Amino acid sequence: MTDKSDITLTINGKAHAIRVEARRTLADAIREECGQTGTHIGCEHGVCGACTVLVNGEPVRSCLMFAQQADGKQIRTVEGLARGDEMHVMQRAFMENHGLQCGFCTPGFLMLAVGVLERELDISDHDLVDVLSSNLCRCTGYQNIIKAVRAAAIEMRQS
Amino acid sequence: MSAPAKPVLVGKSVLRKEDGPLLRGQGRFAADINFPDQIYMRVVRSTYAHGRIVSVDLAPALAIPGVVAAWSFKDVADIPPIDFRLTRLEQLAAYRQTILAKDKVRYVGDPVAVVFAEDPYLAEDAAEHVDVEIEELPVILHADGEVGEFRDGLPTETALIEKNYGDVDAAFAGAHATVELTLSIGRHSGVPMETRGAIGRYIAETDMLEMYGAAKVPHWNRDQLAKMFGRTAANTNLFEGHVGGGFGIRGEMYPEDVLVCLAALRLGRPVKWIEDRREHLIAANHSRQQTHHIRAAIDINGNILAIDDEFFHDQGGYMRTHAATVPDLAAAMLPGPYRIPAYRARGHIRLTNKTPGGTYRAPGRYESTFVRERLLDAVAAKVGIDGVEVRRRNLIPVSEMPVTRALETLGTDIVLDSGDYAKLLDKALDGIGWSTLLAQIDERRKAGELVGAGIGMFVEKSGLGPFDDVRITVGIDGKIEVVTGAASVGQGVETVIAQICAEKLGAGYDAISVIHGQTDRIARGLGAFASRVSVMTGEATRQAALKLRDNALAAASELMQLPADQLDIINGEIVRLDGSTGPSMSLAEIAKALEPGSNLVGDKEPGLFAEASFESKHMTYPYGVHVAVVSLARDTGGVTVERYLVAYDIGKAINPMLIDGQIVGGVAQGLGGALYEEFSYDDRGEPLAVTFADYLMPTAREVPQVDVIITEDAPSPLNPMGLKGAGEGGANAVGAAIAAAIDDALGQPGAITRLPVSPQRVRELINGIA
Ligand code: FES
Ligand code: FES
Repeated sequence: MTDKSDITLTINGKAHAIRVEARRTLADAIREECGQTGTHIGCEHGVCGACTVLVNGEPVRSCLMFAQQADGKQIRTVEGLARGDEMHVMQRAFMENHGLQCGFCTPGFLMLAVGVLERELDISDHDLVDVLSSNLCRCTGYQNIIKAVRAAAIEMRQS
Repeated sequence: MSAPAKPVLVGKSVLRKEDGPLLRGQGRFAADINFPDQIYMRVVRSTYAHGRIVSVDLAPALAIPGVVAAWSFKDVADIPPIDFRLTRLEQLAAYRQTILAKDKVRYVGDPVAVVFAEDPYLAEDAAEHVDVEIEELPVILHADGEVGEFRDGLPTETALIEKNYGDVDAAFAGAHATVELTLSIGRHSGVPMETRGAIGRYIAETDMLEMYGAAKVPHWNRDQLAKMFGRTAANTNLFEGHVGGGFGIRGEMYPEDVLVCLAALRLGRPVKWIEDRREHLIAANHSRQQTHHIRAAIDINGNILAIDDEFFHDQGGYMRTHAATVPDLAAAMLPGPYRIPAYRARGHIRLTNKTPGGTYRAPGRYESTFVRERLLDAVAAKVGIDGVEVRRRNLIPVSEMPVTRALETLGTDIVLDSGDYAKLLDKALDGIGWSTLLAQIDERRKAGELVGAGIGMFVEKSGLGPFDDVRITVGIDGKIEVVTGAASVGQGVETVIAQICAEKLGAGYDAISVIHGQTDRIARGLGAFASRVSVMTGEATRQAALKLRDNALAAASELMQLPADQLDIINGEIVRLDGSTGPSMSLAEIAKALEPGSNLVGDKEPGLFAEASFESKHMTYPYGVHVAVVSLARDTGGVTVERYLVAYDIGKAINPMLIDGQIVGGVAQGLGGALYEEFSYDDRGEPLAVTFADYLMPTAREVPQVDVIITEDAPSPLNPMGLKGAGEGGANAVGAAIAAAIDDALGQPGAITRLPVSPQRVRELINGIA
């Protein structure tokens, strides 16, 4: 397999010119070619959501997308949430509500929640749980993740 | 004027030290570790559950450009099998697993060969070109069937665990009645979100072997690897980064850990291995699967006179690092919080052609609590009392504490150190509003709903010794480093240890960093398992912090020309107890004054530091009550968990927020085992749960709001702070409580005899099909 192509992945506003095989997943390219290891891989078949990133504003499972499909698109990962020392509202809410233990699933949940709230700020609590049920966490039992996202949603609505 | 108040941190829900980097995507999990010039390992696994290896041809893989090496058993024949870490029984040694299968494969997933290549995609391609010919053999899939042959005449029953006290036969002979049940628990496991991973590196210049991606028990694994390779602990080091969930399974020594290290030594390049999810589900430890035949002798009031249990433990293909741990704990902990005058357990450890087993959160207790609590419910039904009453009649009263069980496990005698079980039961019932709940359930039943409530009680164990060491050092910049032999699997070790250190020393919480899982920083350590860290490392930290405080005050007294007993340390500053002002000093300044060569040091060891070891021969025994409320869908058999409550006595809580988190997380895993998760196999031993689409872990939709009541009614007398552990109490009784609640909703006492409870089974029971 040597069908490599030149593509540009724009991650958190920064362009990465890379050369990848057609079969290279976006998740692997973000992590290995672009060195952004905050995006995690938990299953590589689209079930766990650990690899969730935003592509043109939409939450996407980066293990199910090929890197070449994201050529030229705007990608946001967990590394792009905070502004310098100042955490994103969602990150702070996870901390204050103990929404993480081992933290492996956390980047995926953060990106999923941010992506959804940026598009639908008034999403109902019930629908929010529905959305969050698309990612897996093995440590927290979800309660504190739901609390954190609700708290962040309230704060995002106010600002 | 009086001195400022000393901040209290132990008992407070302070925010976690761990969170910052994890939230910013700066975690260092195994897959995030890279070294220049590294190569990638891919394991070739058996596709047969049982078979004789006819041939392994590596040549086609080796012919692919970019493939660096490939090995089968004969290339690693000089490496001994992986040894036992706990609960060693000599007769089990013959059943250990070699790092690549020798002449037989014993489960789908058994490593047969390895390939090393320049790129992970390439390594995966190349692995498919290794030609493995296997002659299929008949499989054993039931631990309670006939005993087969492992090899060379060795039976597949590897050991019989026997534990007993009192005259069981006499109790049954004289009993008013007996109650007898057959119960089984399915096969499931921890399944952390991070798959396993290991990176081996050999530095020839210093003859140093390193492994990254270590977890749970880095020091033990270091010693084992050194032994297997004929090296010493001094030139072998293991490093723990972030660990994406432990739950018993992660961090035990597996064939892959040995293989990356061996390859690093032999090939002279760093070797990286990251497991994929399918591999994880067929190759990392499974757990839980047992079938119990249990009976109780009772008197006319439902008081238990004796329990007699015979069980079969399905260990899978080989005996791994835990040896007999899980069945041993099941047998030892089965009596739970009850007065059991006579007791006998016999556990058959059997090998089958499935993935080998190890521990999973509340190992042996999730199983035996399900069995015991089912038995209690059956006793209640037999004598016509309810589930609460039967428990009240049999609980050990607080007046009898401490209780010596005449049983031992994990090398310790079981001495229930403290506990007021009945009081916690009251608190749990109060917390859920038991009588109102029963009235509501009654109303809803009249309206045709299938709804019910169930209770499970248990005793946990925690704080396994025998020792833990801690060294605390204050730097000249005022930063305080606590070096421990503990490990962290994501449970908040750094936070808890920093809380204790900050409070006892009188330092700022933010100034403290906690080192764990680094074998080059501390000579020995036992790591993180069996809910031991808060208790053992916590107490060692308390002692070291108090010693350090004394050392700092002694130095300050000389420097400030004031008696030490008139000084205190608050937020890293030396203050005068009488509150008078005057020149002050910080811990940093004292550290500076104690630098090598300074007058103050004299002939003592320089630096501001202290060390302590805590030793403990006995475990501490926290306990808990679970209450579940479920409703059943008549058409689908679906089970909805409407309410869930856990009451748990922790002895003394260091950080209630973290304990709550441990408990809720444990409940979610327990629910998985009770209702959804199962590693099932077809009749050729082909695993059927190999993706997250077949191994169903609970999501945010399945896990209900869990109410947690943390009590401190029974501090442990075994350590001054009264600590007990919290890691496993959330999972422990979920199977028991859910089964009882489903029985109650069905109106069929004893209907649930097996976990997980599938919707199909519930539907059969609703429709009256036995
Ligand atoms: S890794 Fe992409 S969904 Fe699991
Ligand atoms: S915090 Fe560990 S998997 Fe979610």
